[in-house]
Amino acid sequence: MQRRFIQKRLINNRILAYLFAITFLIISIILGISVGTVSVPASMIIQIVGHEIFPFLSIDAIDSMYTSIVMDIRLPRVILAGLVGAALAIAGAAFQGLLRNPLADPYTLGVSSGASVGAVITLFFQLSIPFIGSFTLPLLSILFSFITIFLVISFARKIERSMKVETIILTGIIFSSFLGALISLMIALTGDELRQIIGWLLGSVSMRGWEYIKIIFPFFVIGSAILLINANELNAMSFGEERAHHLGVNVQQRKLIVLTAGSILTGAAVAVSGTIGFVGLVIPHLTRLLWGPDHKHLLPLSILTGSGFLILADLVARTVISPTELPIGVITALVGAPVFGLILIKRRTERSG
Amino acid sequence: MVELLYVENLSGGYGETDILKEITFEVDKGEMFGVLGPNGSGKTTLLKMISGILGFQQGMVSVKGRPIESYSSKELAKIIAVLPQHSDQGFSYSVKETVSLGRYAHQKGWFQSWSIEDESIVKKVMEQTGITEFQDKNIQSLSGGERQRVFLAQALAQEPDILLLDEPTNHLDLSFQKELLDLLKQWTEDRGLTVISIFHDLNLAGLYCDRLLLLEKGVINIQHTPNEVLRQERIQSVYQTTIEKQPHPKVPAPQMVLLPKQSSDRRNVVRVDSSNVTISDERIVLRTPIPLKTMSSGVVGSGTGWHQTFINRHVALDYDCTDHKQEMVQYLKSHGFEPSDTVGMMTAVQLKDAALRSYEGDGFSIFVLITAGVGNAIDASKSYLHDFQIQPGTINTWIFVNGEMTEEAFIQSMMTATEAKVKVLHDQGVTDKVSCTFATGTSTDSILIAAAQTGRKLEFAGTITPLGKLISKAVYECTKEAIQNYEKRKQS
Repeated sequence: MQRRFIQKRLINNRILAYLFAITFLIISIILGISVGTVSVPASMIIQIVGHEIFPFLSIDAIDSMYTSIVMDIRLPRVILAGLVGAALAIAGAAFQGLLRNPLADPYTLGVSSGASVGAVITLFFQLSIPFIGSFTLPLLSILFSFITIFLVISFARKIERSMKVETIILTGIIFSSFLGALISLMIALTGDELRQIIGWLLGSVSMRGWEYIKIIFPFFVIGSAILLINANELNAMSFGEERAHHLGVNVQQRKLIVLTAGSILTGAAVAVSGTIGFVGLVIPHLTRLLWGPDHKHLLPLSILTGSGFLILADLVARTVISPTELPIGVITALVGAPVFGLILIKRRTERSG
Repeated sequence: MVELLYVENLSGGYGETDILKEITFEVDKGEMFGVLGPNGSGKTTLLKMISGILGFQQGMVSVKGRPIESYSSKELAKIIAVLPQHSDQGFSYSVKETVSLGRYAHQKGWFQSWSIEDESIVKKVMEQTGITEFQDKNIQSLSGGERQRVFLAQALAQEPDILLLDEPTNHLDLSFQKELLDLLKQWTEDRGLTVISIFHDLNLAGLYCDRLLLLEKGVINIQHTPNEVLRQERIQSVYQTTIEKQPHPKVPAPQMVLLPKQSSDRRNVVRVDSSNVTISDERIVLRTPIPLKTMSSGVVGSGTGWHQTFINRHVALDYDCTDHKQEMVQYLKSHGFEPSDTVGMMTAVQLKDAALRSYEGDGFSIFVLITAGVGNAIDASKSYLHDFQIQPGTINTWIFVNGEMTEEAFIQSMMTATEAKVKVLHDQGVTDKVSCTFATGTSTDSILIAAAQTGRKLEFAGTITPLGKLISKAVYECTKEAIQNYEKRKQS
């Protein structure tokens, strides 16, 4: 009787978790579209979007200026922010599970910096691979983030077989600094492309338009699907690689798959929005804190909360000292850095206590 | 028949140097198989190779007749499960989530749907390991013992044929060690589970395992039954330490005990003589500076043990013997003696009549103290004529040997002392009043042999050995004197 009650409560808890996360995302989307120099009421947003989906619905009563603001400026921006946030959050959740390390995320591991190098090289040399055209940027970013994560992990393992939390983070920082310096060097060597690269580096989802959504979307779907399929393996691997092996996980193969998927997500996100830190750290951590570490639910919930969070962060970034826009990375870092510190302190006290 | 696990000529290790060299053994279904060896002998390496984590340079490991490399990770996990030595987990999974992961290998398809069978097996193993009540708790909040049981449940949820354990009792307190091993033993017997476990504790291994494998510097020293593997000389040489083998007091299993470096008061030769004794009307008390090894038939402290206080207590002839042991313990406590430290006897004889004397041998000495009364003297060969009735002991013989005695010497001392006593009764013409033949003792005689275990080593105590000769003489003379004192008092 008692047990059934607890089980029921757990399931209810799960449903509540998804309801909460979805509501959070919807509210963020509406706020993200509605708030700005020109305020668009929520009902009007629904009408406009409804018309886009079902063209037979009439929106004759609405000023075309509003339609343009929603459809050409704010909606793509919100969707892009949402996709980037979702990609970074699920990638962070996967990295954390794989490395058994709540401090891992694309940013602290240096993967974002790797992706940036790839992107900067593309922009700097004006590269464009034949046939794939606009996908050159994300592909090179993904390639570089993939190379980086492998270098970081093998380097960390060289230092210390057991790959302690601190070792991986330190290695990530070393790689980040090195790659950051590389980027600075490239910027110093360039003349005219300077503005574009710096603006891009600081991280932003503004003025990107539908074009960028098309770039990130396929990678987001592929990467997330791969990770969701591997949720059980991630659960096993968060008990350690040896333990996962004993439970029947083909560790080498699955690790490669997860790292690849994480790199795809990070690389694509960096390619469209620059380096945005701490989303991949804070969101999975909070999600785990609220609803438990089971990756079967942690991953989808991270997608929902991650996208909502970045939409809100973008909203704050463009309104707080309007009309000037802050880089979105400023907001995520302001929230993220203290959380990072708190996790670090908590882990320390847990270990000594 | 194919062996469940067969390891042949296995060599390998980390990097260039081989940690294990040419290991060959097999384990059958339902066996509890222990792997022993000092630190660095390759126990954990061996376990890692069997579980498929570590490759090997040479030889082969076959499971159910197939080489281990031919299994996929999932297939292998359905046959072999591993209980890790310690598992720390950075994330706060619930107990049930943790146990459920054990079903990973049995789940199929991309989305690994959770079947009714999975659920019922998880429930079953949680019940068997006694963790059902905290299934919703966070594993980080559990104690070491509880967590170990959770991981055991996880391993059992794999429904393995073979369970590998690396020092399973390492972080567990005594009751959990026993509980875990009892459980494993029961599973091997009831369900044919095969358990292969590394043990640090030789005694636990000896108690629970059917066979043991002893590794020494990466090669097999021996694989055999516990009694054969746990030989004193072998363990001393492999582990490079001094130990002593003893039989377990309750079950037929060998036990190894460590011998600590002798403390300074053991290195000096201890001498017990009349200066240790105080005699009053109520009791004779003998105290020694260090505990003595004893073998006795006292009311308290009987059997073998180590004791420091020796008491012969006078009781009235009409002493109520119904619960004399408990009464004696109370008596000792109320007079400030620690019962666990004491060998206590009773007598109805006047204690002033005790005979006590030291005797010197070559490099050793003995001290004897005897109280004797022959009121209910009995001929042992005619004792069937008597009713069974406990009465306070009448000839109490204490022999203190200032030397180091073997177990053999203890037993021979008893025989020698008894023979001497019989002779005294004969020579003194003491008769059994029922059968009217010569008595051999009284119905309730007690004896104590005690040795400080310092000084000269005395291996034997038969009647013609140096110790035996001295005991015969001492017991004969003192018993005679005590009986004479007793007779004198009766006549006066």
